[in-house]
Amino acid sequence: MIYILFSGIFALAPPTGVKAYDTPNDRGDAITVEWLLSPDDNMIEGYEIYRSEKGKEYELVGFIGAGRTTYEDQTETGTEYTYKVAALYDSERSYSEPSPVARSEPQWFDKESVNLLIGVIVFCLIILYFIDQARRGKRLQIRKISGLDAVDEAVGRATEMGRPILYSMGIGLVDYIATIASFNILGEIAKKTGQYETPLIVPTSNPVVYTVAREIVKESYSTIGRPDLFDTDKVYFVTDSQFAYAAAVDGVMLREKPAANFFIGYFKAESLIMAETGASTGAIQIAGTDQITQLPFFVTACDFTLIGEELYAASAYISKEPLLLGAIKGEDLGKIVILSVLVVASLVGLLTKFPVLNIFR
Amino acid sequence: MKRRFPLLLVFFFGLLGIIPYFVPHGGYQDFDNALRNDFIRILSAFAIILGLVSLLRVHQDKIKRKRENWQYSYVLIIGFVVSGAIGLFGGIEGELFLPTKIAGFQFDIQTLYLNIIVPLGATMFALLAFFMASASYRAFRARSLESSLLLSAAFIIMIGVLPLADSISSHLPSFAQWIMDIPNVAAKRGITFGIALGGIATSLKIILGIERSWLGGKE
Repeated sequence: MIYILFSGIFALAPPTGVKAYDTPNDRGDAITVEWLLSPDDNMIEGYEIYRSEKGKEYELVGFIGAGRTTYEDQTETGTEYTYKVAALYDSERSYSEPSPVARSEPQWFDKESVNLLIGVIVFCLIILYFIDQARRGKRLQIRKISGLDAVDEAVGRATEMGRPILYSMGIGLVDYIATIASFNILGEIAKKTGQYETPLIVPTSNPVVYTVAREIVKESYSTIGRPDLFDTDKVYFVTDSQFAYAAAVDGVMLREKPAANFFIGYFKAESLIMAETGASTGAIQIAGTDQITQLPFFVTACDFTLIGEELYAASAYISKEPLLLGAIKGEDLGKIVILSVLVVASLVGLLTKFPVLNIFR
Repeated sequence: MKRRFPLLLVFFFGLLGIIPYFVPHGGYQDFDNALRNDFIRILSAFAIILGLVSLLRVHQDKIKRKRENWQYSYVLIIGFVVSGAIGLFGGIEGELFLPTKIAGFQFDIQTLYLNIIVPLGATMFALLAFFMASASYRAFRARSLESSLLLSAAFIIMIGVLPLADSISSHLPSFAQWIMDIPNVAAKRGITFGIALGGIATSLKIILGIERSWLGGKE
């Protein structure tokens, strides 16, 4: 009785001002629908979005909870649509007026990424400037990275002991930036081991990574004039299974007893399993990864750890190539710029907390 | 030319890789997806053959030279041949012509994977707990100021997350959380900034052909 009385006097107010427009900065397959909340928004269940294609019947395409005023609809590129939004309460619906016609079109440039593009261009220009400075013969000093200074010591130790060196690139795929950085370091280490005729063992966990690693070691030996040192059985594919790879590398460390272990690349939970096993064999261990969660494990179990960007700087640091050092110098300046922006932004943010300094709001 | 051609390829595909971040157009995004997924998949298929040949060669050599634990290489080769035959002729769940169930004993690839590979992986993963204990012991020995700080922070966090913490001090859980949220996150963000900038710089160096270590060095 109460319900009949209530429904008799209650007329659900529809949402108003419905407009539909091509979703900006997308591939051209979405239309954004916007509306003003129904005056009964606080009691309704939500809004149903209806779509009509070229004057055909409206069909339900989505539902969104109360209090929300936008909906992104996936559409066909170039097709014209009109939309209605219905406020839903129990099984009652109150429909809005239809929106004007909208059509989705693809965009050739993402305007929201302008700041990113400017940032990347500025950063690249800084790096190119320092590379140019290096090319002109300017001597560039970069900070000491003890983990990389230890590379010579590690290779020397392995040579003296007559034991091999193990180089693991982890479980990353070939397109991971850590794997690419690891390739660069592998090239330099292969040259150093080749000069001393120290065997270099490179077990890999991905067939593509294996193929590239094999070519790098081969080319590095050729570069120092010792192509004969390349042994196809020293650079090999093990498995792409994470823990099976860890077990295999552990096995190599325990059987071959390398004098130095390098864990450089992309690592996950297997990092500690391998680094601890290596530590138990008494090998000098140098690790480097951009996986923040694995860094503490390497710091704990290895003698030296390349943290974050040191991994990317390693190749330049080892080779002492002036152009590469120039790039590192540029990278450092980029960091200073970002750090300065952060400090200024933090200070401004802090100052807005004080009522006297409302000027910053 | 032997080195210039790979450098040109890297420059061209490197630029192609940057464009999709700024061009949302569906046509270009589809092209980029095809390049990243289909093209890489085709390359990987060839590389898998090379990888498997490498694996078999290493173990064949081990058997031939009777190196330490050479007997296990037979296990690998037999496992490789058997699982390869079952997968190729029996299918993932025994849907092909090779029988993969004899007298109630099922041995299709899915069953082998779930009952052999998964438990073996889990076993290795479980070892992590012991390695963590030994690594923690080494890290937490208060030999220097840094390791003492590490030990203190770890101790506070470990106690702070226990139900017992509240009865020791009502500030302890929030202090433990503060360590996690402020100094810990600050350090992580610092490293993340370095990684992001280092990644851009490395990519730029490779695209422009300045970094050539992956080619075995300069010409």
